Amino acid sequence: MSVSVALLGAMAVLYACGVYLLLEKSVTRIILGILLIGNATNLLLLALAGPPGAPPIAGSGPSSDPLPQALILTAIVITFAVSAFLMALVYRSWRIAQEDRLERDEADVAVGQGDQPETEAAAADEESEFDRPGGTG
Amino acid sequence: MTALVPLVVILPILGAALALLASARPRLQRTIAAVALTAVLGLGIALTAAVADGSMLVMPVGGWPVPFGIVLVVDRLSALLLTVSAAVLLAVLVFSIGQGIADGDDREAPVSIFYPTYLVLAAGVFDAFIAGDLFNLYVGFEILLVSSYVLITVGGTEPRIRAGTTYIVVSLVSSTLFLAAVGAIYAATGTVNMAQIAQRVAVLPEGVQVLLHVMLLTAFGIKAAVFPLSFWLPDSYPTAIAPVTAVFAGLLTKVGVYAILRTETTLFPGPELNPLLLVVAMLTMLVGVLGAIAQADIKRMLSFTLVSHIGYLIMGVGLGTAAGTAAAIFYTVHHIVVQTTLFLTAGLIERRAGTTTITRLGGLLAASPALGALYLLPALNLGGIPPFSGFLGKLGLLEAGAAARDPLTYVVVGVATLTSLLTLYPLVRVWNVSFWRPAKQVAEGSRLTDELHEDPFRPQTTGTRALTRPMVASTAGMVALGLAITVFAGPLYGYAEQAGTTLQDWPVYVQGVLGR
Repeated sequence: MSVSVALLGAMAVLYACGVYLLLEKSVTRIILGILLIGNATNLLLLALAGPPGAPPIAGSGPSSDPLPQALILTAIVITFAVSAFLMALVYRSWRIAQEDRLERDEADVAVGQGDQPETEAAAADEESEFDRPGGTG
Repeated sequence: MTALVPLVVILPILGAALALLASARPRLQRTIAAVALTAVLGLGIALTAAVADGSMLVMPVGGWPVPFGIVLVVDRLSALLLTVSAAVLLAVLVFSIGQGIADGDDREAPVSIFYPTYLVLAAGVFDAFIAGDLFNLYVGFEILLVSSYVLITVGGTEPRIRAGTTYIVVSLVSSTLFLAAVGAIYAATGTVNMAQIAQRVAVLPEGVQVLLHVMLLTAFGIKAAVFPLSFWLPDSYPTAIAPVTAVFAGLLTKVGVYAILRTETTLFPGPELNPLLLVVAMLTMLVGVLGAIAQADIKRMLSFTLVSHIGYLIMGVGLGTAAGTAAAIFYTVHHIVVQTTLFLTAGLIERRAGTTTITRLGGLLAASPALGALYLLPALNLGGIPPFSGFLGKLGLLEAGAAARDPLTYVVVGVATLTSLLTLYPLVRVWNVSFWRPAKQVAEGSRLTDELHEDPFRPQTTGTRALTRPMVASTAGMVALGLAITVFAGPLYGYAEQAGTTLQDWPVYVQGVLGR
């Protein structure tokens, strides 16, 4: 069985970069790593499918094996769904981190309890509210 | 009868679609989910009865002749596990319905997706059990994993997101490894049909065989939480909501064990890697139970005993004999039921007392004797006290191990006995401290819990909420199911023995699927 060296090289690079990114701390990079590893595995399936050939239905001469390509399509769909979910997860954890920072900002809470009724603008515009003289603590 | 096989997967998927459409009407959603799972339970019982004589139900999906299309196969093992998991899924569904009603969060967004996702998870579990095709097994795994990603992060609180991220990344790595293994097996044998692979692997060079075998075992080992690959489980399971933890603990790891069992008996029936499996089983048992002893939180403690008991199942598989396989099958059935029950009871304790940290619990028996019974019976069952099914399963495993007459298996039998005794310690400690100790002595502490540290990363108390009748009833039903396994252990063990004998004789499977 002959295998394209270019395909194997691309696969190896993708695997290497993917594993490197997977071991990072940031979840965003981990997602990128998972995507790279997923694609490397798809290339692996393609490389293992045997020699390239004509389309299996219409072509003449030796045709290529259609089954691994069907497997790759399924794998792509699954990776797509999972990475969409992971991105939603990252967004959620980013929002939780943001909420935490606002909640723990004591000056902000104090201003909210002061003479000024709390509004969206007052909560977001921390600096000016904090500096304003007469804001009771 | 064969025509009924695909319904096992179709009904939950269809139910999930209908439940999603009915997301504005929670009562209709719950009815749909309950009906779908009850129907699968009925199908499971019918299929178990149909294959009890040793026949196999083979369904070529889409009418393609067998080695070319996807094939669904039901033999004794698949039918038995299908029935038990349908029963467990139904009981946990009733529990979660009770919890949802009690908390009054019927109309919140996460709950409207809970039941559809739960049904998709069920479909994935069932699909994995009846897959006769390695790639279909991969798809079954993916179906159940993707829905488990959603269930483990339901609610989207910070601890769940953090635990969920670990779980998802680890699962994805194992799935990728599994996919690569499927590709490599296809390249080596030219097929993904399990029966055909079984026929063709024997002629491969030995090195290639071992490589493919190890790739599959590593992928399944992560899913089954076998020792060096089990670190993710105790960190991710306890943070989810109680019914989700219960169903994950009962079923998801067992699907991994089922896949290992198929790999060892059908795909690679040779004994080359059996010593490795035995050593890994031994380490899993010991490390799991030692972890359990160090936990102050009941849910974390139970997660570690779960890992420890996976070791027993792997030991049965690793023996490579009909007796070992039979004991592993019986023990799997017992463990699915008992571990789920204990996690449900932990959920009840959490609601009743507001915490699952044993250093803060006390006087539960006086407060609720029923809860005491719901904890003590499955705990003794898990610990392997006679005459419960846990004892019978362990006895079968130890006998099968001793019958192998090999120095390594004698060591494994010794470790299994030690682990069984050690398992009692954390379980009985929970009983002594949380149930027997009077509530007013909690502040004084106890000699039993002096060495334990509370988990600093999770809130220790959550406020008490009412127990509802469906929650208690479903937990009681699970306890009763555990006792029923004890009472009917004779016929069940006979069934497991027949299944084990057939599995060890892999040409029977090949003949059943390919018809030659």
